[in-house]
Amino acid sequence: MDTSHINWTALSVFIFFFVLVTVMGFWASRWQGGGTNKGGGDLHEWGLGGRSFGTWITWFLVGGDFYTAYTVIAVPALVYAVGAYGFFALPYTIVVYPIVFMIMPKLWKASHAAGHVTAADVVYGRYGSRSLEFAVALTGVVATMPYIALQLVGMEVVIKALGLTGELPLAAAFIVLALYTYSAGLRAPALIAFVKDLMIYIVVLVAVVLVPMKLGGYSAVFSAAGDAFAAKGGNTGLTLKPAQLLPYASLALGSALAAFMYPHTLTGIFAAKSADTIRKNAVFLPAYTILLGLIALLGFMAYAAHLKVATNNDVVPALFNALFPSWFAGFAFSAIAIGALVPAAVMSIGAANLFTRNFWKPYVNSNVTPEGEAKVAKMVSLVVKVGALVFILFLPTKFALDLQLLGGVWILQTFPAVVFGLFFNWYRAPGLLAGWAAGLISGSWLALADGIKPVHTYIIGDSSYTLYTGLVALAVNIVIATIVQLATGVKSSEPAKAR
Amino acid sequence: MRILLLLPFIGLLLTPLYNMEDPKLFGFPFFYWYQFAWVPLTSLLIWIVYKHEQKNGEE
Repeated sequence: MDTSHINWTALSVFIFFFVLVTVMGFWASRWQGGGTNKGGGDLHEWGLGGRSFGTWITWFLVGGDFYTAYTVIAVPALVYAVGAYGFFALPYTIVVYPIVFMIMPKLWKASHAAGHVTAADVVYGRYGSRSLEFAVALTGVVATMPYIALQLVGMEVVIKALGLTGELPLAAAFIVLALYTYSAGLRAPALIAFVKDLMIYIVVLVAVVLVPMKLGGYSAVFSAAGDAFAAKGGNTGLTLKPAQLLPYASLALGSALAAFMYPHTLTGIFAAKSADTIRKNAVFLPAYTILLGLIALLGFMAYAAHLKVATNNDVVPALFNALFPSWFAGFAFSAIAIGALVPAAVMSIGAANLFTRNFWKPYVNSNVTPEGEAKVAKMVSLVVKVGALVFILFLPTKFALDLQLLGGVWILQTFPAVVFGLFFNWYRAPGLLAGWAAGLISGSWLALADGIKPVHTYIIGDSSYTLYTGLVALAVNIVIATIVQLATGVKSSEPAKAR
Repeated sequence: MRILLLLPFIGLLLTPLYNMEDPKLFGFPFFYWYQFAWVPLTSLLIWIVYKHEQKNGEE
């Protein structure tokens, strides 16, 4: 390894925090355990932290898990590249909370009453259909895998910024993560989320105050970015181009509907102590959205700082390296790297829960004990993480990005199956399954036809409309589900199971 | 009361409402500070609905 570019101060700070969270991760199995966590425990303990998380822990956990490290790298990178359009993450992470407030307390109740661990459990509990359960679980697992891989991309970017080369540091960090998740389950990321979130808040607040002071204030930041976009031309700028108005809104809405269908966000919901915990979190979680908006502005600050970067993803690390002393840059990079560990851990736990409850139990061993479930889930979480690591080390990053984008379109197609039954009792499994399939196929086809783009342009008469493909596929999904439901008749199909 | 929760969707998804640079606030173009302003506003609206439902003992 070439050691001449290593930033030793930053690296030491980085290693200090990494060791700190590793110790916390292993210690977490004893934390909040009460009397129930002796002798390994069952899947409720390992996979949902004993369903004991109150308002504060849930706030840190969901905040740390929903606003991922990849977001911290990718949102400013997109804002740097295109300007206003990249800011859709802000309306997305605002309108998501009325949706969470309306839906998630009901979903929590449905899961709590019956001891469900996953969304697919809830679906099976309501509709009694193994096929629909399988569809929801499979979509969850497939959509999560590339998401975990992207967390690794986030870590890779900051490890590179520290001057380290090669794949060994990344692999080592991830194996440590895999081991403490194996031993402590959801309690590990819940505890680490405290450290991660506090570090990110400190980094961002320092950056948004000090960086503009160094660069001549926010007016200077915005005008530097505005000039750069004017010179760059194309679909960039400080405001949206007319053709971007609809895609911006539809991306925000579609992403918000999809956000809490992912296994990692749902795991945070199911692990909450009560429905009220979730309602309070819908009120207080938007604090993280302010943070995300401020992080997005780092993309504009890069212009005011006259940075030149090789790839857009290097914008945030380059900004910290250019404007801050190395110890603070090291602190910021640790925050981002630890920020990758929390979601990666929760994602692998969410995927492992799905595998255990909705594949292993129905198809492999229906007599599995609760302790046996936890054993299977622990092994699966290891396999999932090693899989993500292999994915990133041996396949092009673009592959993970494309799959993550398709994963967003796919996970949104589970929305009717997971949510509709909480509010009205009209759809049955055949309709929902047909809708899911139609949404999946139409969404994938539209995305692939454009060379894997999130939006597609429809020409109707003389006008053209560009919309987020996931949302269009969801509309197809609901229409097909309704048609099949009407065709098969409400009475002819098996009634929904008791709540 | 739950109707209040529609406001963030109206305010943020009708993009032509706020797709402009002026008036600026603390150097932020309108497009940015308007969207930031919706964050505390949305929290407040959810809180009002939450308190209302808690008082009326709705589920």
